[in-house]
Amino acid sequence: MQIRINTHDGVPIYLQVVNQIKYLVAAGRLSGGDELPAIRTLAETLIVNPNTIARAYRELEHAGIVEKRRTAGTFVTDQGSPLARKERMKILTERVDQLLAESEQMNVGLEEIVKLLGQRHSVITKAKRKEGSDD
Amino acid sequence: MTDSFSESSTPIVEVQGLTRRFDDKVALNDLSLTVHRGGVFGLIGGNGAGKTTLIRHILGMFKAQSGSVKVFSLDPVKDPVGVLGRIGYLSEDRDLPDWMRVHQLVRYSQAFYPNWDSAYASELMDAFDLDPKAKVKSLSRGQRARAGLLVALAHRPELLVLDEPSSGLDPVVRRDILGSIIRTIADDGRTVFFSSHLLDEVERVADRVAIIHHGQIMLNAGMDDIKQSHRRVTFRFNESTSEAPAIHGTLSCEGSGQEWTYVCDGQLDQFRNAGQAIGAAVVDEAALTLDEIFVARVSG
Repeated sequence: MQIRINTHDGVPIYLQVVNQIKYLVAAGRLSGGDELPAIRTLAETLIVNPNTIARAYRELEHAGIVEKRRTAGTFVTDQGSPLARKERMKILTERVDQLLAESEQMNVGLEEIVKLLGQRHSVITKAKRKEGSDD
Repeated sequence: MTDSFSESSTPIVEVQGLTRRFDDKVALNDLSLTVHRGGVFGLIGGNGAGKTTLIRHILGMFKAQSGSVKVFSLDPVKDPVGVLGRIGYLSEDRDLPDWMRVHQLVRYSQAFYPNWDSAYASELMDAFDLDPKAKVKSLSRGQRARAGLLVALAHRPELLVLDEPSSGLDPVVRRDILGSIIRTIADDGRTVFFSSHLLDEVERVADRVAIIHHGQIMLNAGMDDIKQSHRRVTFRFNESTSEAPAIHGTLSCEGSGQEWTYVCDGQLDQFRNAGQAIGAAVVDEAALTLDEIFVARVSG
């Protein structure tokens, strides 16, 4: 499980762990039934306070993404895709909100943004198709 | 482990109204601080803020000129055996007996601590890649720090005190030291008190942080609370001003013309409203690193 802690952007460390595990689940790199590292192990690997990891796991448990099992250990829940989709939409919503805030500051209207999205989409799909035909 | 620093836990260090002068310079100025059992307590402050002087009082190396210091409810000056036997300490200059070899240092230290854990000492010796036959004097900075850390840890102290443990060390040794802090508190009920000016380290490992400045504690709170309550807010005002418009709750502020960026402490909603009430719009808002919070607190 690849997690990186960055102490230079102000996001609390427990939240960085929560977001990255959510992302790993959404991206399918962690799936239902996978076991997360023990709190102490992850704390020592990432060099962060064990309480911080414990808090991150609690939040993930609360959000239904992981569950504690009786025989100790924390596992990714089996809910799989609907949850993953919800998480994906949540991540994208945050990005879109950011885009809208910036466009408002730059005096660019919603219609123009929608048009731009369409334009970029066709540019990117064209580029991808070209890449595919090159193979 | 989850209940570290809960208010109900026993105070392990209690400093009340401590003042210390060196000639006419005031190093500690009516300082009070309580450290509860369990967890990692980070003490941060600039050079000459009083970190080392405070630590030396906790260890009983300085007698309080006024005020009081209690560790495990004992006076560390009057009862050094009762206090120091339960503390593991690594000083900033890592003063170790240079004439000894590493294995002699271990045997010598063992004599002071009834709780010395020989198995743990050899485990650390291996983990730190220390050569028992090497002269302490010939050790590199990093190996010297590891040797000091071994001595501080091997009697499994209730309280581990580290004064600037990472200063001047390469990232590999720093990782060992921080890893030891984490392993120490993973053992239930142990407490780590460490000073540092490397705030990204403190942010990683501390549950609770105190800022010491001009010999006084100016902030003492849980890491999560500190991170949550400090925000950087940029306002855009209707008119250009040469000085930042005053907003209640400001810690520090910079900017020019119509845009001013404030660091505010807590009550974010009130702060936003106060800005909007004088005709400003929030154009940016961000979380702060501990480093930025420290600078805002100390320079603001």
